[in-house]
Amino acid sequence: MTDIVSQASGKVVSAAPPRRDIGIRRRYAAERRFRFYGLAAIAFGLVFLFILLWTVVSKGYTAFLQTEITLPITFSEQLIDPGNKRESDPKVLQTANYPLLVRDALAEKLGIASSDRPALRQVSGLFSDSARVTLRDMVVSDPSIIGKTVPVTVLASANIDSAFKGQFDLTVDEGSRKVSDQQLGWVNTLAEEGVLSKGFNTGLFVNGNSSRPEAAGLGVALVGSLYLMGIVLVLSLPIGVAASIYLEEFAPKNRLTDLIEVNINNLAAVPSIVYGLLGLAVFINFAGLPRSAPLVGGLVLTLMTLPTIIIATRAALRAVPPSIRSAALGLGASRMQTIFHHVLPLAMPGILTGTIIGLAHALGETAPLLLIGMVAFVANVPATPLDPSTALPVQIYMWANEAERAFVERTSGAIIVLLAFLIIMNLGAILLRRRFERRW
Amino acid sequence: MSTTLLIGILLAIAAVAYTLGRMRANAVAGGKSSALHSRPNYYGAYVALAAFLPPLIVVAAWLAISPFIVNSSVRDTFPDEVKAQSPAQQSLAFGMVATIARGLPKLTEEELRAIQQDPSTLQAVFATKGVAVAAEARPYMLESAATLNGMTRTSRLALAAVAIGLSLAGAFFSLRSVAPRFRARNKVERVILWALLLASSIAILTTIGIVASMATEALHFFTMVPAHEFFFGTVWDPRFAGAGATSSGQFGLIPLLAGTLYIGFVAMLVAVPVGLFAAIYMAEYATPRMRSLAKPLLEVLAGIPTIVYGFFALVTVGPFLRDLSAQLNGLATGNYANFIQAQSVITAGIVMGIMLIPYVSSLSDDIITAVPRALRDGSLGLGATRSETIKRVILPAALPGIVGALLMTASRAIGETMIVVLAAGVAARMQINPFEPMTTVTVKIVNQLTGDLEFTSPQTLVAFALGITLFCITLALNIYALYIVRKYREQYE
Repeated sequence: MTDIVSQASGKVVSAAPPRRDIGIRRRYAAERRFRFYGLAAIAFGLVFLFILLWTVVSKGYTAFLQTEITLPITFSEQLIDPGNKRESDPKVLQTANYPLLVRDALAEKLGIASSDRPALRQVSGLFSDSARVTLRDMVVSDPSIIGKTVPVTVLASANIDSAFKGQFDLTVDEGSRKVSDQQLGWVNTLAEEGVLSKGFNTGLFVNGNSSRPEAAGLGVALVGSLYLMGIVLVLSLPIGVAASIYLEEFAPKNRLTDLIEVNINNLAAVPSIVYGLLGLAVFINFAGLPRSAPLVGGLVLTLMTLPTIIIATRAALRAVPPSIRSAALGLGASRMQTIFHHVLPLAMPGILTGTIIGLAHALGETAPLLLIGMVAFVANVPATPLDPSTALPVQIYMWANEAERAFVERTSGAIIVLLAFLIIMNLGAILLRRRFERRW
Repeated sequence: MSTTLLIGILLAIAAVAYTLGRMRANAVAGGKSSALHSRPNYYGAYVALAAFLPPLIVVAAWLAISPFIVNSSVRDTFPDEVKAQSPAQQSLAFGMVATIARGLPKLTEEELRAIQQDPSTLQAVFATKGVAVAAEARPYMLESAATLNGMTRTSRLALAAVAIGLSLAGAFFSLRSVAPRFRARNKVERVILWALLLASSIAILTTIGIVASMATEALHFFTMVPAHEFFFGTVWDPRFAGAGATSSGQFGLIPLLAGTLYIGFVAMLVAVPVGLFAAIYMAEYATPRMRSLAKPLLEVLAGIPTIVYGFFALVTVGPFLRDLSAQLNGLATGNYANFIQAQSVITAGIVMGIMLIPYVSSLSDDIITAVPRALRDGSLGLGATRSETIKRVILPAALPGIVGALLMTASRAIGETMIVVLAAGVAARMQINPFEPMTTVTVKIVNQLTGDLEFTSPQTLVAFALGITLFCITLALNIYALYIVRKYREQYE
């Protein structure tokens, strides 16, 4: 008996079998790894978002400042109109060598002898060639200015602008730098005297395109994008809402409406560049509308935005409870009256949210606009939607293709402007949703 | 009279008609509006519609048809030797006539007489008025231009007279029909219903427009370049041929398609794991607070315009990869030469993949959260860990939806333009090294269609053949995605 007991107790005490290995440790490790992969994926996305935004902002914020040179310039008659022929031949004022005036004024300020030609050439590199246009416009609008000395503000050249903002690596050998030590010395002198200074870059928002980065601006692109958005809004909101009302409230269930529905879903997935081809073939080639015009761009973007707006509007209409419709119909309203007087106003916040998101998408769209010729060099602000123009994203594309360093700054600045518009629009949509969204 | 002014007048008539209709409805009701079938507004709207719609249709039809009639009768005035020329030369001559016709009203009497005596001075005189005439004018052109101007003027006046007459007549007769028993509301609502139907048919018209416009231009292209050379050609060398050059270049689709698929593949390689894991984490692990923070932030990636990604690839990712490869090469072999080009398949693919992350993650997130709670609870209750539940239960249940989402994402990758335009390069090559540039269908569409266009050369028309190929591929992917989702969807209820 004792044997058995001892055997039994021995079993219990000494040979307690280890718990069956069901791999719990391994499984928990797998669980932790899996969880980590998920976190890493989200982190990967967010890190790239951060790098993207940081790149744009760090490269672009300086574009909002512009180095300018303000100094008294003598509009010497000898240089502008030596033969005194401006009465008989107004072309003299157009073709005069205005940059020479700026150069001489700067040279005088810096105390450089007029015989020191190499130095003078370096002085010419300080200011932008756009000074020619600035001075010419002053003289042409008021010829009596000739012979006087007037303080004028001209833009510094792109290289000086970059150097003054500290974007050049000054440890590089002088020969392989775009700014010489002499010019840097002058820049410091001029800056100390207050002649050369950084100011807010209004030109970026006003000027048209230019091949000189310091004078290039987004004016044309902003106006063009404004036209585009106006046309898209005016066309796509009514058409989209009308189409949704028909499909959601009136359409009988038949082949035709099925086809329309499948169509709309497919159109939402068609690549945007195909819409550009459509616009080129139909609006420009067939209907004969002018190339590069915001009108054509607006029509193309409208077709592109319509599916988005229709899908959003239908969701908003569907969210209005049937009791509202029943109540209106019960009080004797017609179906039309029910929808236009009761359902539509209640669905409006949802519709507007969808519209704003569609518009924001259209604002950033580039590819179709390239095909209909909005990628043109336009220096003058378009007066009507039929004039040649560019748009904000297209301007970014054009500047991104320029080689000069200063254009990288401009491009990033333009992207900041574009993103700012998009943020405002999306915030507007979110606020609209928060403010008016109703749970039934 | 310009069309804008005419429409303005018609609108004004319609506005007056609306007021008159209302007043008349009130008058026939004798101040008792309950006697009317519809509310007075509807009578006003009915009269306004009767005054505006018929003339509007007439104006639209007239504007569409009259140019053809005017053109053909102006061409009739051409001398016989011009009529004998080729159609292209005739339309060139007509173009000049149209330009001259535009310039004629700007001339003074004396200038006109001087030109009539000596048409060779026309070019110079017109230039001072800001009208550029392409070539030296011939005497008959002046006459034809005068005819053109005359006919256009007559046509416009006639249109205005007809439209305004029709508008007034419509207003008059509809006003007479206003009576208490008249069902104005039903009629107005019928018109509105038609307008709604018209709006929703725009979706179909767009599709027809896309297919028809691209198909006609593409067929035009295939008359110049045989279809099999396009679809199975392995060399892309469109050769912008100058005037007189006989060879039209080679238009092989294969290298472009290879580049498109390769870059799309790299993009999916980045986007699918990241997007899927992000979706799984957000659906299954994240606290509500983290979800409400991370989800919108990830979706910001979808809201950034693609041109910004393109710029990012061009100035940041491309140079970074190039320098990185140079450093790696230097560490390994001592030779600091980069083996990744700044513009390469991998640059474009990575950046496009980042762009696609939110598409994958939000589509899959919706699908994963749609898997019923009971499946999850059952698996967890049997002792599976969360990750096992996800891998063995939830993902299989959500698979058709996820495959559908991935196909839709792939179609987006194939149709993406701006990133590849800036980051993939323009060299149409067939090779398998992801560190070298390749080009895509969309890049070539943009390349062929920016700059000066003439719609007769295969160099331009090939873009439409590329476009319709792209359209068909993306359409097929989307339809297949829908099919998969419908066919394999698990029915839980």
